[in-house]
Amino acid sequence: MTFGYDSRVILTDISLQFPRGKVVAIMGSSGCGKTTLLRLIGGVVTPKKGSILFDGEPVDPTDQDKLFALRRRLGMLFQFGALFTDLSVFENVAFPLREHTDLPESMIRDIVLMKLNAVGLRGAASLRIAEVSGGMARRIALARAIALDPELIMYDEPFAGLDPISVGVAANLIRRLNDATGATSIIVSHDVDECFSICDYAYLISSGRIAGQGTPKELQGSEDPEVRQFIRGEPDGPVRFHYPAQPIEQDLGLSA
Amino acid sequence: MNPLELLAAVGERVLRLLQSLGHSAFFFADLVRHTPPALRRFQLAVVQIHAIGNLSLVIIVTSGAAVGGVLALQSYYALSRYGAAESVGLLVALSLLRELGPVLTALLFAGRAGTSLTAEIGLMKAGEQLAAMEMMAIDPRSRVLAPRFIAGIVSMPLLGAIFSAVGVAGAYVIAVPMIGIDSAAFWSQMQDGVDVVKDIGDGMVKTVVFGVAATFVALYMGYESNATPEGVAQATTRTVVFSSVAVLILDFLLTSLMFHTS
Repeated sequence: MTFGYDSRVILTDISLQFPRGKVVAIMGSSGCGKTTLLRLIGGVVTPKKGSILFDGEPVDPTDQDKLFALRRRLGMLFQFGALFTDLSVFENVAFPLREHTDLPESMIRDIVLMKLNAVGLRGAASLRIAEVSGGMARRIALARAIALDPELIMYDEPFAGLDPISVGVAANLIRRLNDATGATSIIVSHDVDECFSICDYAYLISSGRIAGQGTPKELQGSEDPEVRQFIRGEPDGPVRFHYPAQPIEQDLGLSA
Repeated sequence: MNPLELLAAVGERVLRLLQSLGHSAFFFADLVRHTPPALRRFQLAVVQIHAIGNLSLVIIVTSGAAVGGVLALQSYYALSRYGAAESVGLLVALSLLRELGPVLTALLFAGRAGTSLTAEIGLMKAGEQLAAMEMMAIDPRSRVLAPRFIAGIVSMPLLGAIFSAVGVAGAYVIAVPMIGIDSAAFWSQMQDGVDVVKDIGDGMVKTVVFGVAATFVALYMGYESNATPEGVAQATTRTVVFSSVAVLILDFLLTSLMFHTS
């Protein structure tokens, strides 16, 4: 599958698979097109070439009814939660249930409290969104994303900007929820350690193509310089530290 | 710049203008299409009517009273020269009902409710709330925009009516107790001279049209804003500018259509 905006190509001829029941990580440096992949899966944008299949069915953004039917089977956790700031914590989690089901109020209440309990925030149900911390917001968004028991859950940078405790909590939750519900999870992140601790398989994306893939163990043992640079966090390597520029001597007028 | 380049530049501008006009027309059609289903969940619109209608009451009532008072003073100044000071009530009522009530209410509405709609929707977009909704298979146009559109269309005529009513009351306070015009003359001339269909009805039609226009502009600007602080700021400014101009142009068109001397 190939994707780009106008003439700018972002992903070139790549192919990824996310097997049912597994947690798969997509890693790569900032701006390499990781989030774009999630947008492609969700049908927000269309690939220029190739196709995206969800449970054997093509994702087709031109057919809104079909697309919305498909989206009901996925849950997505946005980077900063994307909670509805005009609703309470409880109402945020209840939102998809109220929109998509005709469940009686008592049942909605039970489901919401169960989902909030799963992320440890049942006690925060009555809080307003302005009153919760970043880590809590992420967990509330997670509860909202799993409200309708999706078959596929996509996480966009679930660890970014969280304190170490919240990161651990989030990572545990992702694994636990995946195993408990039998769903499939895709994590987009650049947090190597956390991803490796919970994922079954990982893809490393670099400049629009797959630089490496495998189980965490395989990737850690990889001799590929690009993979090694990313996993060890070395500042310079195949991925350059410097943005392309003319030699500094020339910029400073020193090359007489 | 050679003539050919100039021509190309003008052409590009025109094309871009046409494109954005077409885009907004489609957006409007879309909004109208999503409105009837949203009526079935009227409680969503009720919340918005409270936010953009009830919370605009203070500014509407204050401005209405002030405008009514000023109109009474100015029309007394002119009418008393011809010995027609008793007609102050009639003149004030006709000015408010036919013209100033709808127009000023719409301008205040654009400044008070329109900007808050634009900023709210722009920030919802910036916070990925609209994207999140779409990923949940919920169309933000029917869940977020349509209830607000309904609320704007319901609120504007009511606010316009309140503005005119308070304006007449303000004029009464100035004209009768302060200037000393006969109270019976003030009211009876108004009752005789104001036609329910031609004056009040026409004014109502105007407020509905302005309500549609101002709310549509506010929603469009918010929904199409760039999801950045500058983008939202720019969209809010545009809401005021575009809806004010739209209201004044529409007012001229409607007045021309409704104008009859008999």
